[in-house]
Amino acid sequence: MEREIHAPLLQEEIADLRAGDTVLLSGTIYTGRDAAHKRLCDRVRAGEALPFDVRNQVIYYAGPCPAKPGDAIGSCGPTTSYRMDAYAPMLCDLGLIGMIGKGQRAQSVVEAIQRNGGVYFAATGGAGALIASSVKSARVIAFEDLGTEAIRELKVERMPLIVAIDAHGGNLYEQGPAAYRR
Amino acid sequence: MREIDIAQVSDTVCSLFRSACCEIGDDVLSQLRRNLETEESPFGRAVLQQLLDNDRLAAEKQMPICQDTGMAVIFMEIGQDVHFTGGDVNAAIEDGVRRAYRDGCFRASVLTPLERVNTKDNTPAIVHMKLVPGEQVRITAAPKGFGSENMSRLWMLTPSQGVEGVKEAIVETVRLAGGNPCPPVVVGVGIGGTAECAMLMAKHSLTRECGEPSSDPMLAEMERELLARINDLGIGPQGLGGRTTALAVHIEQMHTHIAGLPVAVNMQCHAARHKSAVI
Repeated sequence: MEREIHAPLLQEEIADLRAGDTVLLSGTIYTGRDAAHKRLCDRVRAGEALPFDVRNQVIYYAGPCPAKPGDAIGSCGPTTSYRMDAYAPMLCDLGLIGMIGKGQRAQSVVEAIQRNGGVYFAATGGAGALIASSVKSARVIAFEDLGTEAIRELKVERMPLIVAIDAHGGNLYEQGPAAYRR
Repeated sequence: MREIDIAQVSDTVCSLFRSACCEIGDDVLSQLRRNLETEESPFGRAVLQQLLDNDRLAAEKQMPICQDTGMAVIFMEIGQDVHFTGGDVNAAIEDGVRRAYRDGCFRASVLTPLERVNTKDNTPAIVHMKLVPGEQVRITAAPKGFGSENMSRLWMLTPSQGVEGVKEAIVETVRLAGGNPCPPVVVGVGIGGTAECAMLMAKHSLTRECGEPSSDPMLAEMERELLARINDLGIGPQGLGGRTTALAVHIEQMHTHIAGLPVAVNMQCHAARHKSAVI
């Protein structure tokens, strides 16, 4: 039974999520990948305002394809998360509550998730066409010059995700393979 | 001698990329279906089913399987009796790529490495040309995503490490990659040659039909053994645990130097896209 959750997320809403839980996420989320993360963190270091308040928000590590006429977005699967590990703890400490991506995270990110009561979700990499059908609208809100790497505000409905790393020490990228290793 | 207008080259390149990015081959689909039947992990089965659903939807809607429509890798085997007419064949290839990515609404992912300035049309392409006998041109388009490319590795082993050292290097590359390259993966391997040649063989091996064994019986046996060892790692679909870490291992080899034993591993995600045409 998949649980429905709504972004922006409240800490109470996700406190009992555990690695291996499946959820359907609806609401507003933001895309951001390599270049956008670099700019966000540069702004924080410079004491400048961010293009959106990250508190209680979810960032989706994704760089979509351009939308075909009549579509909300093009193919839109997750990109590999470890490249954002250098930036994620800073954003978590500012209140970012959720991240969506694929693949293992650095220990510094795992600790930031625990410290702040956050969550890291896995989406299925390479299922870009399928995931696009969960996206109802998309608009660029910052760094338009970055093209696909711009920050987009997405309205999503029932986006299927798996809790990969929770705030309580659970990590599906460790538990899963350990159960099947020979 | 046969004359081929470069416009035909450009149009062929364009249509191959349009098709490759949206329609995964039956070779990959049949491997995904086979593994769906044997996968023990519930998450693994769910992921494999999602991939099959995704690939069907992408073909129906003619949208990319994956948002990472890759760098445009092209292998061209050019008959030595061919004469290209109508201009610069290199420019014609770039034009074909440019049109495919623009008209297909594919992602422009190519940029300068240091300044990170996007060219906005996914050029330049990565083109590997080889002269062969005859008067035909064979073009293979293999868009390559970087989630898997980033997990590739070159091992310059010593001869003393031998066959077992080669096998360990290949399995270790897949183990270190974990869930990052979007497993189930296809593992492309090049053994021998020089450093750059080993990686080119690894890349070229990925244009083989997924799971088709090497024509060399010794390499075919090694492919079978390595596939079993890799699937014993337990990484599973998307790295969430399971039996299906790789769909296939493809190996190519060539002669190397008395001092060396290069092993290149080019990782390929489950979106193992490659389409060919002969002009």
